[in-house]
Amino acid sequence: MSFLFDSFKAWKTYCEAKHRSLHQVVLDYEVSQKNAIEDQIWAGLFRAYTVMRDAVETGLREEMSSRSGMINNGAKKVFRHPVSVLSPEFQKLISRALAAKEVNSCMGRVVAAPTAGASGILPGTLYTLQEIHQLPDHKILEGMLVAAGIALIIEQKASLAGAVGGCQAETGSAAAMAAGAIVYCLDGDIDQVFNAVAITIQCMLGLVCDPVAGLVEVPCVVRNASAAAIANSSAQIALAGVGAVIPVDECIEAMGEIGASMESRYKETAMGGLAATLTGQEISKRVLIQDIELLPDENLPE
Amino acid sequence: MGTKSSIFDMIGPVMIGPSSSHTAGVVRIARAAIKILGGRPDSATITFYNSFARTYEGHGSDRAIIGGLLDFNTDDERIRTAFDFAAANGLQYTFKSVGNASIYHPNTIKLNLKKGDREIEVIGESLGGGVINIAAVDGFNANFSAQSHTLIIKADDISGAIAFISSVIAQEKTNIATMSVSRKGKNDLACHVIEMDSGIRETTIAYLRSLTWIKELIYIPDIDI
Ligand code: SF4
Repeated sequence: MSFLFDSFKAWKTYCEAKHRSLHQVVLDYEVSQKNAIEDQIWAGLFRAYTVMRDAVETGLREEMSSRSGMINNGAKKVFRHPVSVLSPEFQKLISRALAAKEVNSCMGRVVAAPTAGASGILPGTLYTLQEIHQLPDHKILEGMLVAAGIALIIEQKASLAGAVGGCQAETGSAAAMAAGAIVYCLDGDIDQVFNAVAITIQCMLGLVCDPVAGLVEVPCVVRNASAAAIANSSAQIALAGVGAVIPVDECIEAMGEIGASMESRYKETAMGGLAATLTGQEISKRVLIQDIELLPDENLPE
Repeated sequence: MGTKSSIFDMIGPVMIGPSSSHTAGVVRIARAAIKILGGRPDSATITFYNSFARTYEGHGSDRAIIGGLLDFNTDDERIRTAFDFAAANGLQYTFKSVGNASIYHPNTIKLNLKKGDREIEVIGESLGGGVINIAAVDGFNANFSAQSHTLIIKADDISGAIAFISSVIAQEKTNIATMSVSRKGKNDLACHVIEMDSGIRETTIAYLRSLTWIKELIYIPDIDI
């Protein structure tokens, strides 16, 4: 019987009892639950990572403007800007997260991780992590397994969907996955990995889902960049052995509780927050189709 | 434990943006429809309902549906330029928007497709995460996910039909996951929709087709292949 990813606490206990590392337990889960073959799992992870890297590079190379005009080649501008606010690495991190997410907004190929709205966060962080630390691909793939394990638990205890739990569930979960993967890849121990997840969730709690005109563009694209930054700050804190005080399972439960009590106008309905601002409304009028037929009552399809 | 998520639901699927319900799900509705039609259509009328009615352009669902009708998969980068491929392939299409069909799911698409003499109508719903429900085929309730292998059988409404069809399928090494029957009127045709865990043989399909009381049989293998 494999471990079923119902809590972080149990994940750690299981690892220690069976002398398995975090990523091996995720691998065992996929093999036993999905009858998957190990080689195919590694191949699937490699394909996902390849698509992520391609998305980063495509977003930094090709024309990226969306139909609505709200997304217009931002990632390339950030990448090429002569002034680095912190360091060139930070500038690259931010522009890569933007790039992959712009590809998503512009109908390019991405990996939903965990969702399409958050599809810039793991690519931006993993690409940059690998480059800075010269890690082999295989280490990154192990980190992705750990990230998947983190998402499995969040899915069970809270939610991964903006429509259910707000943006904290999408970009927050992706940031938590990324933070855990970073600490794992930099040889942090189990507690440090889980603290990185907990700290990230603490930073992302309460974020509402309020996409302008209902399109996955504003604020989604910039939130992919900020989530990538938070994943790195949390990893830096956790790797130094600084604890999260509130255990990771309880942080996730708090996220679930907040998501459940969030009003529906903050859950992808484009009725609150930024979507409801004056400018948000104007954009919505401009980009949404106004010429639609309204059925007279007696004509409703049976 | 079929309900447990895969790690490739957490890191995956690989897809064309921007959103699984507006692109991946829409492509899959179109792919299911062309399997029902038996090939790419010559012409298509596409009606977007409710929430889709206003947002389909902004989300690129118009290109997604055309891409699916051209048999592109959910991760095919040609979806972005599907209109160019439609022009090159001579696929004619019109879009319609209907805003207040309250009996339909918020993200519903109706496809009226023509290929030669054959015309079909398919109503599909995009449920999120790329998961779909084909709600109706030619006016019959269908309700299948197109995730497994599906048989749609339109037959005379004779007694014993359900038992007969299931016993024939039982000879194959497949499990019936769901089976439903809907009728349009009394003594009219009955539409059987059967979802199976795996495929069945050509000969079995041919046998069922040869029966006089079976008027039409549509076999939809896994649409993601
Ligand atoms: S604002 Fe909503 S649609 Fe945009 S990334 Fe966040 S959860 Fe997704």
